[in-house]
Amino acid sequence: MTKIIEPKRQSSIFRRPSSETGIWSWITTVDHKKIGIMYGYAAFFFLLIGGLEALVLRIQLSQPDNNFLTAAEYNAMFTMHGTTMIFLAIMPISAAFFNYLLPLQIGARDVAFPRLNALSFWIFIFGGAFLYSTFIFGTAGAPEGGYLAEEVGWLGSAPNGGWFGYQPNAGMKYSPGTAMDYWAIGLQILGIASLISAFNFITTIINMRTEGMRFMRMPVFTWMTFAVSFLLAFSLPIIAIALFYVTFDRKFGTTFFLTEGGGDPILWQHLFWLFGHPEVYILILPAFGIVSEVLPTFSRKPLFGYAAIVFAGFGIAFIGFGVWAHHMFASAISPVAQAGFGLSTMVIAVPTGVKIFNWLGTIWGGKLKLNTPMLFSLGFIGMFLIGGLSGVTHSIVPADTQQTDTYYVVAHFHYVLFGGALFGIFSGLYYWFPKVWGKMYNESLGKIHFWLMMIGFNLTFGPMHWLGLQGQVRRTWVYAEETNLQFWNIVVTVGAFIIALSIIVFMINWIFSKRNGEKAPFDPWDARTIEWTIPSPTPVWNFSKAPIVKSLDDFWHTKYSEDEEGRAVKRAEADQILLDLEEEGLNPSEHIELPSPSYFPIVLASGLPFLGYAVIYKSIPLALIGSILLLIGGFGWGTEPLEEEAFEDSHE
Amino acid sequence: MSDSHAYPHEPTGVETRKLGMWVFLSTEILFFGTLITTFMIFKGSDFPGMKLTDVYDIPFTSISSFILLMSSLTMVLAHNALEVNDQEKTRVWLLATAMLGAVFLAGQIYEFTEFYHKGFELSTNIYSSSFYVLTGFHGLHVFIGVVLLLALWGIGQRQKGLTLEGGMNLEFVALYWHFVDIVWIVLFTVVYLI
Repeated sequence: MTKIIEPKRQSSIFRRPSSETGIWSWITTVDHKKIGIMYGYAAFFFLLIGGLEALVLRIQLSQPDNNFLTAAEYNAMFTMHGTTMIFLAIMPISAAFFNYLLPLQIGARDVAFPRLNALSFWIFIFGGAFLYSTFIFGTAGAPEGGYLAEEVGWLGSAPNGGWFGYQPNAGMKYSPGTAMDYWAIGLQILGIASLISAFNFITTIINMRTEGMRFMRMPVFTWMTFAVSFLLAFSLPIIAIALFYVTFDRKFGTTFFLTEGGGDPILWQHLFWLFGHPEVYILILPAFGIVSEVLPTFSRKPLFGYAAIVFAGFGIAFIGFGVWAHHMFASAISPVAQAGFGLSTMVIAVPTGVKIFNWLGTIWGGKLKLNTPMLFSLGFIGMFLIGGLSGVTHSIVPADTQQTDTYYVVAHFHYVLFGGALFGIFSGLYYWFPKVWGKMYNESLGKIHFWLMMIGFNLTFGPMHWLGLQGQVRRTWVYAEETNLQFWNIVVTVGAFIIALSIIVFMINWIFSKRNGEKAPFDPWDARTIEWTIPSPTPVWNFSKAPIVKSLDDFWHTKYSEDEEGRAVKRAEADQILLDLEEEGLNPSEHIELPSPSYFPIVLASGLPFLGYAVIYKSIPLALIGSILLLIGGFGWGTEPLEEEAFEDSHE
Repeated sequence: MSDSHAYPHEPTGVETRKLGMWVFLSTEILFFGTLITTFMIFKGSDFPGMKLTDVYDIPFTSISSFILLMSSLTMVLAHNALEVNDQEKTRVWLLATAMLGAVFLAGQIYEFTEFYHKGFELSTNIYSSSFYVLTGFHGLHVFIGVVLLLALWGIGQRQKGLTLEGGMNLEFVALYWHFVDIVWIVLFTVVYLI
């Protein structure tokens, strides 16, 4: 079972099973790089869908009293837009980065549990498909006599209770039909995927670091992956249980969140935001990591305050568990709690500020190279700063009460999650493009993409600040003409289409460059971390022999020394070192074992949607099919020969 | 599943699978923590209606709790037997552990049925809902544990027998099993005693 890559000079043909290429190689792969690429494409696909949903929303809002969408369809669209962007786009695209880069940054050959890694990817795919199957099988329904009880098209047959699913609105009484069940169970399945990858990454970072890769020598992106994995591991169980309760309430008549049986709708808010606020940092910390890699590289300076950035990241992750009720200032919580959570919200701005100052310190006095990744990172700092500052205004409870459920809040979190997370992600996509594909992207198209997105983004979300302060409420499908909100709403809609245009430029660049781009050298950016010491595209075995790390920014110190004034001076032998590295990276001189592909992750994962449908439709046959798939997957998983034994066998 | 032999790994000296299990258990604490918190919140509320105290049978549950605790002892005995490579004893103690777990599960099913007949149903009120979901979630964990133990027992039938390394090893399952037992100590106290 174990695939052994023989040294090239001994045999010209790698021993590869037939499934090394073609679709089966992708379905059965356990290679972290292939899984990362699949994560990336799947997440980008969902990003496009979520973007289309946003455009539909913006068309509806471009005119006062518009009837492009019905109220029910509008509810479905904003619910699916939020759910998709958070759970199916940003989170998995971060997972794509984790998967691809984490082992490379710590000098490992794969993650700790490659098959579990494949399992979390397939669970994510099946979870996303399950959630979206609501458009085919789901029914939204509306309470008897309510004004939403109008004819709805297929657009309206999606979950419609908001991505936060507040109770009792998302309960059976006010959301009959099956759509909210698809939402609750779909998120449950997606949560399993993220939980599994969180165990995997934590274990990988603790236990798979190469020789000399001490904790305080790890790249900041790896650190942020570590922090995000802890956040996932400790916040997802909370939402999982809360979603259990929702499903029980809706399907089995319990009353956890319904006052009829003594339940408490506010409990849902607490449980949801206990997960939901750490989730915010789950979305943003990967971007922090990416930016902390890009800025030093393109400023040609070491990261300013490495330790401070690392500890600030963990400070944010830790305090992130203590601020959840600032989402609930308008709900029934006591004044003491309001004061406390207002304070903790101010406190969490401190480590965030530490990071911003460190990034500024990094670019201060640097020889800046304004390539596309750098532009996106600089854009990230500016946009995230605006979002962070409007976030601090929410810690003032009276102001927050005024802003609750207005477009001011929408503006705030889009500045953080789009201007922050997504700008960081695009920065990373351009930065590591040469490493992944072995080709260079087109720099001019990249810059066009950046400027279009920057302009479109600010046109879209900037005016929302004042729309919100003027009183436009979110999650409402119309506004009256007398409110004079039309002008800025048109600007916002135009901005949204400019963003769409910039995404098209990005896609053209990606497809064109991947096919016809210039061949990339293995260290195009004169970078600092060890993933750039291996050939581009990354060979299947990553490092031909385990790297030995001697310092932080090890690769940089291999290439550069310092003169008396502390300026970087290229070592005389640097060019030769690079040539040797490339030669060695392509021609491994020792046996390389890679974990063998497996069918069972996808089999195991395919059982979950059946179990989901079984709960929704209370169907025993579907439950049996799901359980049998789980059993086959689990049994096959457990009885598959393990690498260790197979390895010994192959040497007998 | 682990990395290659020649490749250096495990800088902490803890076996990777075992470390993964510890991380997994740390999230399990959050799962049970959320359930227990909810249970406590509802237990303290003054909603009128049937309460757990109206139906439960502490002597019965004490005995089944004792049985589950004893299974931790047999689990340790299985581990000890494997350390001196006594395959036969290892299998016997593994089977004993699985059986004790199964007896506990049977007790829980009996208890649920009794409660149900007394009118304490899943959808009766928050007291019943939070009780069934919390203890049922634990029961599911015991069930998975029994399956894992039986699988391990089955693997032990092979010629090579069990080892302390590699694959789904005994230590890995034992960690899980002890965790499930410890959780029950907390649950028994929280749900039945206070």
